Amino acid sequence: MGRVLREKYTRQPTPFCPGCGHGIFLNAFLHAVDELGLDFDKTVFVSGIGCGAWVPSPHFQADTLHVTHGRAVAFATGVKTANPDLNVIVIGGDGDIATIGGNHLIHAARRNLPLKVFCLNNFLYGMTGGQVSATTPQGDITSTTRQGNPERPFDLVDLARGAGAPYVARFPVSQPRKLKRGIINALSFDQFAFMDVLSLCPTQYGRANRAKRGYEGPSMIWSMLEHQKGTVAPREKLDSENPEGKIPIGEWYAES
Amino acid sequence: MPRNKTFAVTLDQDLCKGSDCYICVNACPKGVLAEGERITSKGLRPAQVKDPDACTGCRICETLCPDLAITISDTSQAATTVPAVGRRQPASPSSGGWTTSPGALKPGPHYMMGDDACAEGAIAAGCAFYAGYPITPASEIMLRMATRLPETGGVFVQMEDEIASMAAVIGASWSGLKGMTATAGPGFSLMMENIGYACMTETPCVVVDIQRAGPSTGQASRPASGDIMQAKWGTHGGVEIIALVPWSVQEMYDLTIRAFNLSERFRVPVILLGDAIVGHLRESFHVEETVELFDRAKVPGAPPFGTEEEAGVPPMPAFGQGERLLITGSTHNEFGIRKTADPEVQQRLVRRLSRKIVAHLDEITDYELYYEDDAQRMVIAYGSTARSALWAVKRARDHGEKVGMLRLKSIWPFPGEVIRQWGDACQELIVPETNLGQVSQLVQQHATTPVSLVSQTNGEIMDPRRVTDFLLDGRTKLAS
Repeated sequence: MGRVLREKYTRQPTPFCPGCGHGIFLNAFLHAVDELGLDFDKTVFVSGIGCGAWVPSPHFQADTLHVTHGRAVAFATGVKTANPDLNVIVIGGDGDIATIGGNHLIHAARRNLPLKVFCLNNFLYGMTGGQVSATTPQGDITSTTRQGNPERPFDLVDLARGAGAPYVARFPVSQPRKLKRGIINALSFDQFAFMDVLSLCPTQYGRANRAKRGYEGPSMIWSMLEHQKGTVAPREKLDSENPEGKIPIGEWYAES
Repeated sequence: MPRNKTFAVTLDQDLCKGSDCYICVNACPKGVLAEGERITSKGLRPAQVKDPDACTGCRICETLCPDLAITISDTSQAATTVPAVGRRQPASPSSGGWTTSPGALKPGPHYMMGDDACAEGAIAAGCAFYAGYPITPASEIMLRMATRLPETGGVFVQMEDEIASMAAVIGASWSGLKGMTATAGPGFSLMMENIGYACMTETPCVVVDIQRAGPSTGQASRPASGDIMQAKWGTHGGVEIIALVPWSVQEMYDLTIRAFNLSERFRVPVILLGDAIVGHLRESFHVEETVELFDRAKVPGAPPFGTEEEAGVPPMPAFGQGERLLITGSTHNEFGIRKTADPEVQQRLVRRLSRKIVAHLDEITDYELYYEDDAQRMVIAYGSTARSALWAVKRARDHGEKVGMLRLKSIWPFPGEVIRQWGDACQELIVPETNLGQVSQLVQQHATTPVSLVSQTNGEIMDPRRVTDFLLDGRTKLAS
């Protein structure tokens, strides 16, 4: 499928760092697109600034609108309301969508236009040098929190649900098949859909938190993926109790 | 996995980013993939397929590869064929250009507020999208659009702030609709970044700024003309823009139509700089039988961000037409491909964005002359201040002063040559302004004649007596 997906949907290879979690998302996303038969000629990808925003633009062979930092959801609102026949998909990072652009995210969730928003959450600002973001776990090290992040992070699932998003999901890149299934469900959903994609940044996050998180072995990204798998659990298993403090993954529909 | 199946494992070593990744090497439960031995010219050591026969077709490596470098194919089945790329179904070309339209209001006289006339001008100009945020003294434009757009098949959205409003208008413009937003000082400040984005991506749209007394929150319902410089220089980087300055309800209607035409003609955001006087003033105005409208050209397959001409305006396709548009605020070539380190592309783009405006200065420039035939001194005025200034000019002429007036209807790009000519023909140029002297500085740059500023910054309409005093006595008696 690698070759098929490349030739059908992409323009060029990505410039992402080796092992980038965003690349794994891109892979899962194109698997989902292919399985779903999404018409790229009727699809607009809107993205802002940051590594996550580079997943669709300039890589996808579709209309792409690469906009100012944090405003992708607001631009997408204009695109979709002006032409409701278009599939409008926003892909960006946690800095872009949940930090500088948090206001647009919650209002889009409230407005409930059928936009699809994928937040590639790598817990910091990767492109600008590893600064703390609104999703950096408390205590973790970034280039602007050398002693550990003193602030609490957003739980993006709770944030989007609280804002009224009728479909919210969280999947890790370390479980690409679940991720792909979630992407298919999000893209097939007829209302606003938000996904907190647990991504990974080996370059900025991994190195800084290597000692703290215990990332070991010759392939740090593999160690990070293994670690991520251990920190998440399906929400169904955690709904009653969660003594180990695992991050729930899965899908939350408005009715549930 | 049934063992009667066999799989071919292909790893594209040109795409593999090597030893810092090796996700596949770690992931493969059967040791099919292994660390590489060859070091590429990029200094990478891509993984290699070491034991293809051991592949069970679990595809874990394929789904995890961040670079889509791995392809697993079931050799017991027919080879996967990639459908031909090029599913483009190009939209029919539209040459764009001028057309005559019947307009939206009944022809003849109408009586309404300037803000309402602006909204009606937008509807007449074919505006089909409005995104905005409430702010005095521009809210009435939004209120009217909220009623009129649904009536005319358009789209209205109230956004969460002015940043989002400007963003939505740009998005809608690329979806093929003529779009507008309206705001005042504080909201205009918030729009600046995305106005620059519209300039860079050559997105036609109209931004109405009903100026109020600032800085900051200032006096929300009081007039001023403090945003003249901001209109051009507010967004970073430095770029040419078009701005028009209405002085009446008639012009709130007419110049809004013109703003849409200029934005479509030059693919640029056009700013209508009203103020709290012309916005809130109620007076009668005349609606013509027809309006002349300009629509952007669409040429399938043509590069949407470049032309052969240095001052050219490229055609503009819309989303969903199979053009696979690459639209970016980064420096880009004519196809929208980023060129963020290419000095030549940067220079060519910035120059063209500027030249497409300044090379058409004559087409854009609009002004009116009063009592100019025998004028030895000329008042240069604009916006609501020109109403007071014209009254003052008449009083001065009653006293035998040979004073004329030049009223600017377009202010950016600044019509420096017109100012130079009138400066040469007169002994003095007088610029009354409800700011600390923004246009008077521009006038000074272009005129060799002495230039005088009559400034008032008290949040009131320019006091006509202030200008009269200056014209008669060479000084103002009122406190500014």
